[in-house]
Amino acid sequence: MLKIKNLKAQINGKQILKGINLEVNAGEIHAIMGPNGSGKSTLAAVLAGRDYVEVNHGEVIFMGKNLLEISPEERARMGIFLGFQYPVEIPGVSMVSFMRTAVNEIRKYRNLSPLSSSDFLKYMREKKELIEIDTQLTNRSVNEGFSGGEKKKNEIFQMAMLEPKLSILDETDSGLDIDALKIVANGVNKLKNSDNAYVVITHYQRLLDYIIPDFVHVLYDGKIVKTAGKELALELEKNGYDWIKKEYQN
Amino acid sequence: MNSEDILNNFTQSDYKYGFTTNIETETFPKGLNEDIIRKLSQIKEEPDFMLQWRLEAFRYWQNMKMPNWAHLNIPPIDYQDIIYYAAPKQKKSPQSLDEIDPELKKTFDKLGIPLEEQKQLSGVAVDAVMDSVSIKTTFKETLANLGIIFCSMSEAIKEHSDLVKKYLGSVVPYTDNFFAALNSAVFSDGSFVYIPKGIRCPMELSTYFRINAKNTGQFERTLIIADEDSYVSYLEGCTAPMRDENQLHAAVVELIALRNAEIKYSTVQNWYPGDKQGKGGIYNFVTKRGICKEENSKISWTQVETGSAITWKYPSCILKGDNSIGEFYSVALTNHYQQADTGTKMIHIGKNTRSRIVSKGISAGQSQNSYRGLVKIMKNADNARNFTQCDSMLLSDRCGAHTFPYIEIDNQTAIAEHEATTSRIGEDQIFYCNQRGISTEDAIGLIVNGYAREILNQLPMEFAVEAQKLLQISLENSVG
Repeated sequence: MLKIKNLKAQINGKQILKGINLEVNAGEIHAIMGPNGSGKSTLAAVLAGRDYVEVNHGEVIFMGKNLLEISPEERARMGIFLGFQYPVEIPGVSMVSFMRTAVNEIRKYRNLSPLSSSDFLKYMREKKELIEIDTQLTNRSVNEGFSGGEKKKNEIFQMAMLEPKLSILDETDSGLDIDALKIVANGVNKLKNSDNAYVVITHYQRLLDYIIPDFVHVLYDGKIVKTAGKELALELEKNGYDWIKKEYQN
Repeated sequence: MNSEDILNNFTQSDYKYGFTTNIETETFPKGLNEDIIRKLSQIKEEPDFMLQWRLEAFRYWQNMKMPNWAHLNIPPIDYQDIIYYAAPKQKKSPQSLDEIDPELKKTFDKLGIPLEEQKQLSGVAVDAVMDSVSIKTTFKETLANLGIIFCSMSEAIKEHSDLVKKYLGSVVPYTDNFFAALNSAVFSDGSFVYIPKGIRCPMELSTYFRINAKNTGQFERTLIIADEDSYVSYLEGCTAPMRDENQLHAAVVELIALRNAEIKYSTVQNWYPGDKQGKGGIYNFVTKRGICKEENSKISWTQVETGSAITWKYPSCILKGDNSIGEFYSVALTNHYQQADTGTKMIHIGKNTRSRIVSKGISAGQSQNSYRGLVKIMKNADNARNFTQCDSMLLSDRCGAHTFPYIEIDNQTAIAEHEATTSRIGEDQIFYCNQRGISTEDAIGLIVNGYAREILNQLPMEFAVEAQKLLQISLENSVG
């Protein structure tokens, strides 16, 4: 589904990603861990198409297409979803009209007719029940006045609505209490199937108690320096990143 | 293309009302003098008091200078190069629809304002004005059964001269300002509304102003009187053809609310704004003022301003009656080379008077958008309250947003609050929408509409959707 080959990228002239290689297949969950400043969020930004990151080497192939040549909205329509680390507030824009615009754009891309108001509201209700989020959230403006936890739950709800192929969750677990964390994790577990894939970026292994990854990658200094199964996360939790750093520097 | 470029290219907008109607028009020669005014008064078969008033205004105007305090760059206007009266040729005061020229009917159909009552939005009565004359006022009879007078100004001057005599110029005297004096001398039509005591007007009243003829100025005059314990909601809409030369529109609107009466006045202003290079467009120099004359009355102005090359307009409230309330809700959107200097005045005279101002400016392209507002609390206005919120949003790095608040308080017990924000449209917000599959153009439309939501919610329901579309269209660009 996704193939990243020797990806290098910089922000304001500073090289952040220094040669990333990663392959994600349908049905897989990949966790990307690593200390602060290692390039985790930059990787997510490149995949979503943020223009402040400049790719200066390598390629990213998604569903057989060169992702780097495609606009952010087109990537989203193709099935890339980014769960934001800091979801953005859009005052005055109701969740209903925001989501309806987004869902219908994606349906258009998939050659489906737009949903009528009543069908849309029904669809939205189903997804809300699936994700178990508060009905109140969708009656408000996009993220406006939401608590940190509500914002993250709202990201998962949007993911459920848009049914993406590849979801990248950028530190969705940060700032969540244990109940919110479970809602996020349960959401992923319910939506997971053999056709979609997840890249879960996280600092802590805590989230990985609930979302069981097939692979854990450690990103350090702009490179993936270690890849293993879920046991790697536990080891990192116990021993921190120092041993990785040491290993890498040698 | 990055989103900065898209924002910078945010210039192409399609003005879908830019067509011209080919119809024979009766016009006066260019220029303004006492003879023109006499001729105008004569053609309208006005009583003598009206002619005398016009002449006084004209003489006063001749000694006035155009105001230059606004944050506007207004090219010199040659007032002798304007046609002051243009009327589609048709049978004088058509009695039925069949007597109205089909071309005129077609024009208003195209503008979405059918003149046939059965085709209209239910619950909306319309006075359709083209150039200098009113073409048709719908639902007149239905309203008359309740004692409501809704007719063209010309008709009111003849048929209801006592009311006109009493109230015309009572809120905006011709000495008020340059454009008000000019309007008083040459106004040709407009709408007149009288709501009798205790009547709640059952429909939205609305006037649709259309400029069609070339080189013509439109000078309309609207007078709305809400008698004791009455209520009326009134809406005006405006469009004009696309022409390379600028056209002048100088209107005066006066509202009078008596004891316990409420007037809600909404405007969706979409005059031709000029092209991308700033060529052509309407100069919209308008004086709108209402007086809450007696206790417990209320006047509420809502405006959505997207059109005109230059806008100079300050719908205001004089809060004379104790416990009276004034409100001003405004969205002003400027794009390309448009300029707007708009806001309000809230004059607190009576005790316990309250006013609320919510202004949202949106500037794009190379446009300049200014909010100018006066809150004046007089000596005897005990416990007067004002709340002002004034937000500006910038969509490009070449446009300007300016705020000029004036607050004058002569009473110790008064409270005036002022909040202001200026923000650049968020790249993060746009990207967030992009990431959900929404194009940048649609994202800007969503964000701007969200920003203006509080104002759009004030509009009568039938028009809120229209206004929302209008904001979106005014921001449309060529980026595909």
